[in-house]
Amino acid sequence: MLNKKNKEALFNPLSKDNPVLVQILGICSTLAVTVSLEPAIVMGISVICVLAFSNVIISLIRNTIPSTIRIIVQLVVVAALVIIVQQVLIAYNYEVSKQLSVFIGLIITNCILMGRLEAFALNNKPWPSFLDGIGNGLGYTIILVIVAFFRELLGSGTLLGYQVIPQWCYDHGYENNGLMILPPMALITVACIIWVHRARNAELQEN
Amino acid sequence: MEELNLFVKSIFIDNMIFAYFLGMCSFLAVSKNVKTALGLGVAVTFMLVVTMPINFLLDRYVLQPGALSWLSPSLADVDLSFLGLIMFIAVIASGTQLVEMAVEKFSPSLYASLGIFLPLIAVNCAILGGALFMQQKDFPSAWTATVYGLGSGIGWLLAIVGLAAIREKIAYSNIPAPLRGVGITFIITGLMGIAFMSFLGIKLG
Repeated sequence: MLNKKNKEALFNPLSKDNPVLVQILGICSTLAVTVSLEPAIVMGISVICVLAFSNVIISLIRNTIPSTIRIIVQLVVVAALVIIVQQVLIAYNYEVSKQLSVFIGLIITNCILMGRLEAFALNNKPWPSFLDGIGNGLGYTIILVIVAFFRELLGSGTLLGYQVIPQWCYDHGYENNGLMILPPMALITVACIIWVHRARNAELQEN
Repeated sequence: MEELNLFVKSIFIDNMIFAYFLGMCSFLAVSKNVKTALGLGVAVTFMLVVTMPINFLLDRYVLQPGALSWLSPSLADVDLSFLGLIMFIAVIASGTQLVEMAVEKFSPSLYASLGIFLPLIAVNCAILGGALFMQQKDFPSAWTATVYGLGSGIGWLLAIVGLAAIREKIAYSNIPAPLRGVGITFIITGLMGIAFMSFLGIKLG
């Protein structure tokens, strides 16, 4: 079940082959949903589900898809799964789904999905594809959570909606950094994460 | 005149990348040199110009509430707007497949250098985003929508060529090793984004 190749498919995307930091996929939504922590976590879980199952489905039918219409087939599979996730969220967590409705729809245009379907699921069996989907989804979620943590903490002084920076800091003149809420700062936060990540993994550095 | 105004506005003020941060993935990954960036920029512009009027007509005559009344009066209260997202994606995806086949046939070198990012145009948020903004802005005619598509595409093209030119220049500078390549590109894009925010408040005559 978990031979060496499958383990690589599952664990490489967490750090060495991370979809956001190394493959540069899924940047748009990384900018859009990381203003605070809660939507980032829900978004991450939704992406894991959609990615794992679309990988499995495309991998199951990979030998029957004509390569000229594969993009349309992939998008239909992804769109169907996204609609299922959206309906589940509406049924079980209406409040969060109302906050997230636009972002969940945006999963369709998340490049990680198309990227992994093209690069992995089209050439591999269903089980490795499933693991690859889980791994890449987790890698994406980790980055979302880190970026959202810093943006919410520094931008609003809260975490998951609870105030964590004590009131006496504000009384002594501490201000929330409004710049952290703006999209450009998400880019710069991701850049700092890349900096740390590549400083620790020298083989990823570019010349 | 109205169209010219919209054209300039969609290039600079409503720039897809710097005002809305749409289409970032390919923007960051395919901006290593100016020539490839130009190729992708032209492909995206072309896609926007082609899909925008098609999506406009779809929206106007099929999707909007009551849009089907031209078929028969009994359909006047049909509302298909919930199908919007999937219809737009279908138009964009089939268009992308056509562009991919054309590029593969006429320019194999561009095809090789664009790599995985050519099929990814289908999920380039700039194109789907363009269709959704078009729906939101409620343009009077398909012609206006095409002008908007052309303007947004050129704005995207200018941004990616600009970034590619900067990246070609900084190839000679001494950047800390872990930041080389992608890291510094993120920072440059962030700074360009902050600079472009100054356009946001401008209103043309």
